[in-house]
Amino acid sequence: MKVIKLVFKNSFRHKLRASLTIMGIAVAVIAFGVLRTVVTAWYQAVDASSNDRLVTRQSVSFIFPLPLSYRDKILQVPGVKQVTYANWFGGTYIDKKNFFARLAVDADTYFKVYPEYEITKKEFEDFKKERDACIIGSETAKQYNLKVGEAITLDGDIYPGKWDFIISGIYKPKYQSTDATQMFMHWSYINERMKQEMPLRANDVGWYVESINNPQNSGAISKAIDKLFENSPNSTKTETEVEFSQGFIASSSAIITSMNVMSFVIVGIILLVLANTMIMSSRERTTEYAVLKTLGFSAYHLTFLILGESMFIAFLGGILGLFLTFPIVSGFGNHLPKGFFPVFQVEPITIILSALAIVVIGLAAAYFPIHKTLRTKIVDGLRFVG
Amino acid sequence: MEEVIKINNVSKSYWRDSIQIPVLDGINLSVKEGEFLALMGPSGSGKTTLLNLIAGIDKPTQGDIFVNSTDISKLGESALAKWRSSNIGFVFQFYNLIPVLTAFENVELPLLLTKLSKAERRQHVETALSIVGLADRMDHYPKQLSGGQEQRVAIARAIVTDPLILVADEPTGDLDKNSADEILNLMKRLNEEFKKTILMVTHDPHAAESAKLERHLDKGVLV
Repeated sequence: MKVIKLVFKNSFRHKLRASLTIMGIAVAVIAFGVLRTVVTAWYQAVDASSNDRLVTRQSVSFIFPLPLSYRDKILQVPGVKQVTYANWFGGTYIDKKNFFARLAVDADTYFKVYPEYEITKKEFEDFKKERDACIIGSETAKQYNLKVGEAITLDGDIYPGKWDFIISGIYKPKYQSTDATQMFMHWSYINERMKQEMPLRANDVGWYVESINNPQNSGAISKAIDKLFENSPNSTKTETEVEFSQGFIASSSAIITSMNVMSFVIVGIILLVLANTMIMSSRERTTEYAVLKTLGFSAYHLTFLILGESMFIAFLGGILGLFLTFPIVSGFGNHLPKGFFPVFQVEPITIILSALAIVVIGLAAAYFPIHKTLRTKIVDGLRFVG
Repeated sequence: MEEVIKINNVSKSYWRDSIQIPVLDGINLSVKEGEFLALMGPSGSGKTTLLNLIAGIDKPTQGDIFVNSTDISKLGESALAKWRSSNIGFVFQFYNLIPVLTAFENVELPLLLTKLSKAERRQHVETALSIVGLADRMDHYPKQLSGGQEQRVAIARAIVTDPLILVADEPTGDLDKNSADEILNLMKRLNEEFKKTILMVTHDPHAAESAKLERHLDKGVLV
């Protein structure tokens, strides 16, 4: 530990080189952090999913609807506690950039199946009472400065026309991973208009969601539900909400995989940047290390000197990078289309992975210089001309 | 006077690819305590190699080297490093100070391997720098010192642990005449006043005159 002063002094012997290396590491850590945050945000839907909820959809594709009549049959399946259903409404709020999920849901049951969307009893009662009522997430309310009692008009696409709603409540997310950007309106309100304007689309349900008694029986219950409709024109596919979300993400798997790979390629780049600096530094100090050996410094001391320098530079770059990751991720999030990622923030796992990467990089970058320094004979080191 | 260095039939050769290059051949040498020995010889005669062997920074191909009754040719790397730190003070031709450390910190380096407290280390360093006449330059970095001053700091670093033997490889080789004389006088003083056993490699007859004894090497053999 007495030689720690030399570690610090050696680290900044070439100020420009050390600074560039530190900045290189910092930039790479930021890139790593941003990519990991995007990947984490993508998987956020899976994290927020529950194992005690099943999702039943049309077996061919999510885009094909199911009949409303399925609800009562599903409710009869042993193990099913509650059934609700929803349709993707889509539409535009003022501008296409203003994206947030809009779902037409069964007003009576939806919030019972999704207790993580917390609303007051009054808000729930008000929502149920008015057919054109809607509930919005607290993030969306904050973002567009919307309040209870205010009107909100959507320009429909899947359900064409102008749609006016009154905000009857603002739900709060129960967990950090809960999406607080959604908007829920009455399925029956939409369906009523469909009956008049597009009768063929009346009574269509996008998907059913079942809450079940025991998540361990999810497989058997899923099979039982699908068996009910296996020979019908609208056969179903039932899976846990987690599997459903994973399946949803799988459609973007190539992009996510690329981002995952890229984030680890960045770790490799940081390693090369630091290893290059360490190799150059230790090569320049070949004679000095030989002198230290002559003075009696052991392999342990030299290892400490080189490893300490490598870890110190990696640490400085890592800290700087992590420190800057937060505002950059925040800025990046602000430039994404609103509501694109309901939760977009640096997660603890990203910080842990970054810190771990820095430690591994600090250790790995020092390996070759240490190995070479210890192997070099004193007499060869003293004769070395850089 | 007691014999501090005893070299028995030492040979040293290097390998370059598959060719063996003999450097020292059957060297026998004895150095008494308090001696100031100048090893002279032309370039390539093996004088630096012999000095390195005595200082324990190289190993002989054959033969034994006893320093203060320890056969250093049989010591492992780790034991040898420990032995060097307490028995040998090394002065290099090109000073070899650490540029990012002050004169004080350079001299303190060997003491970092000891169990001395910070205050004790300070006292030792100040004493060593006083002996070489640089007490007022202890906060200077090597680049702020002249060549002669740098070499004096290097000598202070070599003597700060109060080693048994001081080995110097061409200590005046990179200095002008005045600075060289200062260094030689300092070494004479260390030998006479502080009773240090000194082995100095030089090819400069003027430098060798400072020593009490001269030995000549030619083609790896003491003549």
